[in-house]
Amino acid sequence: MSGHASHEEHSHGSVKSYVMGLILSLVLTIIPFGIVMTGALGTLATALIIVATAVAQLLVQLVLFMHMNTKADEGWNFMSFVFTISILVLVIGGSVWIMYNLHQNMMIG
Amino acid sequence: MATDTLSNHEDHAHEHDHHDTAGTKIFGFWIYLMSDLVIFGSLFATYAVLLGGTAGGPSGADIFALDLILVSTFLLLVSSFTYGMAVLAMNADQVDKVKKWLVITFLLGAGFIGIEVYEFQHLIHEGFGPDRSAFLSAFFTLVGTHGLHVTFGLIWIAVMLIQLQQKGLTDMTRPRIMCLSLFWHFLDIIWICVFSFVYLMGVL
Repeated sequence: MSGHASHEEHSHGSVKSYVMGLILSLVLTIIPFGIVMTGALGTLATALIIVATAVAQLLVQLVLFMHMNTKADEGWNFMSFVFTISILVLVIGGSVWIMYNLHQNMMIG
Repeated sequence: MATDTLSNHEDHAHEHDHHDTAGTKIFGFWIYLMSDLVIFGSLFATYAVLLGGTAGGPSGADIFALDLILVSTFLLLVSSFTYGMAVLAMNADQVDKVKKWLVITFLLGAGFIGIEVYEFQHLIHEGFGPDRSAFLSAFFTLVGTHGLHVTFGLIWIAVMLIQLQQKGLTDMTRPRIMCLSLFWHFLDIIWICVFSFVYLMGVL
């Protein structure tokens, strides 16, 4: 984030970075809503765009609004985030994987 | 900003501001947010697993009103921005501006909660309450937990407005506003996952 480099303390952003964050997040919201509400694309393409815009918007929020970076608190902010994400991947991915197979093999509800 | 009280606990004298008690508080709050993220992750996993369990009742495509969700999404996104403006005003020591932005953030958040309460009340009235099916139980739990968090965020904003009125911007109120900032942006992040994976994916 070059815009933050001039800030001497732990970056709390500038008006510019917040306005940019707002515009980006509005655009990244309108795109998926627009595509879903108009039904312009097929299911697979729409789903991919929803995932892509969601991930992009998460990054916008994390970097431009929450100012997460690898420098603050000697990187512990970032490391704890990475740790949490890996736990989430295990919990969500594992649950969905196991339960999907269970449904397939047992043919329940 | 570093006063005697803060530097008393200062062990890393070579670092500035951010490794003092205020910095430790904010980092501790970050760790809390990470544990909260795991709670939401579990609720998302539950929702994904129970998505097909409609028990003959409605699925997402039957009951989600996207136009309403779009409006509430805008309210929350803009409130995240207005909170950022409050933090910038705090850094510039303009307490009146901080209060003004906090009030705007509060109103936007209250609008979001208003829409959510209306949506829930409408669904329950139609007979699609959390007791209808496993899918709806998971839906109400996930979205309701987020709504509860936002409600507590609103209470927190109100408390901060009172504290700013009484104490102004001090070494005590500043870290609290920073923690609330993280909390508020965090709720925005959870909401992005909710509208993307619950509402938008739900109507596909």
